Amino acid sequence: MKNLWIMLSIIAYILVLPAFSAAEVAPPAEGGKLPDIRLPIPSDAGYRSYLSVKGEGTFSIPQIKASVIIIEIFSMYCPHCQKEAPSINDLYAKIQSSEKLKDKVKIVGIGVGNSPFEVEYFKKTYSVQFPLFPDGDFVVHKQLGEVRTPYFIGIKILKDGSHAIFYSKLGPIADNAGFLKVIQTQLNK
Amino acid sequence: MPLFQSIIVSAIAVLILWSSVPVFALSDAYKENIYNPGQLKPIDSTLKVKMGEPAPEFTLPSLSGEPVSLKQYRGKKNVVISFVPAAWTPVCSDQWPGYNITKGLFDEQDAVLLGITVDNLPTLYSWTRQMGNLWFPVLSDFWPHGATADQFGVLRGDGMAERALFVIDKAGILRYTKVGDINRRPALEELIQALEKANR
Repeated sequence: MKNLWIMLSIIAYILVLPAFSAAEVAPPAEGGKLPDIRLPIPSDAGYRSYLSVKGEGTFSIPQIKASVIIIEIFSMYCPHCQKEAPSINDLYAKIQSSEKLKDKVKIVGIGVGNSPFEVEYFKKTYSVQFPLFPDGDFVVHKQLGEVRTPYFIGIKILKDGSHAIFYSKLGPIADNAGFLKVIQTQLNK
Repeated sequence: MPLFQSIIVSAIAVLILWSSVPVFALSDAYKENIYNPGQLKPIDSTLKVKMGEPAPEFTLPSLSGEPVSLKQYRGKKNVVISFVPAAWTPVCSDQWPGYNITKGLFDEQDAVLLGITVDNLPTLYSWTRQMGNLWFPVLSDFWPHGATADQFGVLRGDGMAERALFVIDKAGILRYTKVGDINRRPALEELIQALEKANR
C-alpha cells in the first residue's frame, strides 16, 4: 500500500510540474505592460519629491509623476552592472540638466537579490543619485521573468493614465545620446 | 495518510520547493557559461575549528603566481577567508564580484580577503577573469585536494568546499566562523558586522 502511495505521489509530481513550467513568467515585452510591481514608498524626502509619491506603504511604477520612466534591473554582485553604473549616472545627469527632460523622465533601479545594506553600498560606491530599491527575495525579479542583469525597461505613461513598454532589453545602454533620442521620440508622440 | 491528502501534500511540497529556489549568477557577464548543479545538501561537513582558537596555518598557490600563507598577515592585518564551493557555479559567481566592490569596507577594518576554492589555477584564472580585476588574492586548494578546506572542516563529501566565511584577527585567532547554506549567498552585512566586532 505504501508503495502505491509513493507511485501515486510521483505521478502527482509529474502532473504538477508541467503546470508550473507553463506558468513561468516571460520577460516584459515591448508594446506590453508591466506586471503590478509594488515598491516601498521611500522615507528619503529627496526620493519622494523626485518620484512625486506621498504617504506610507507601496506604490506602483506607473504612479511616478513622469511621461517616461526608465527601470534598471541590476545587482550589486553583477560585474556588468558595476561597470555600467557610471554610464547610467551620466544618463541621469543629462536628463536632470535638461529643462525639457528633467520633469518628464525619471529613472529607478531595482537591485535583485540585494539587501537594503547591499543596495545602499552600491549607491554609495557609485554615487547613484536616482532611487534604488532592494529586491532581496527576488519578488520583483520573478514578476519580470527572471531577466539577467543589467536589464533596462522603458515605459511611456499614456494620456489615459495607462502605460506601454517601449524598451525592454538585456545589457548595457551602449549609447546614451542614442537612447535619449529614443526617449525624446516617445515624448513627442 | 489518505490517498487524496498524499497527492495534495506532494503537490504543495513541489510548489514550495519550486517557488523558494533563488536565482543567482544573473549577470550577463557570464553569458550562458554557468553550470547549475541544482539544489545541493545545504551543509555536508563538520567544522573542525572553533572561535577563540588559533586558525590552522596554510600556504596555497595563488593566481598571482606567489604562494600565500596565513602567517604572512600575523600582526599586520585581520584576515577574512571566503571558501566557495566551485568555479563556474551560480552562487559562487555572484559572491566574489560583490566583494570586489567592497574593498573600502575591508580597508576600514584593516582586513584582507582571501578567496579559496578547491579548483585548480587554470580554472580559477578563466573564471575570475569574468569578474573584472579582483583586488584580493584567489587561492587554489586543489592539491592535495581540499587539504586546507579539510583543516577547517569545510570539505564536503562531494569534494567541494562549503560556502564558508572565517574572520581571523591579527593574532591569528578565529573570531567568526560561518558555514552557510551552499545554495545561498551569505549576507554582506553579517560579515562586515563580524569584522567590526573582531576589530574592536
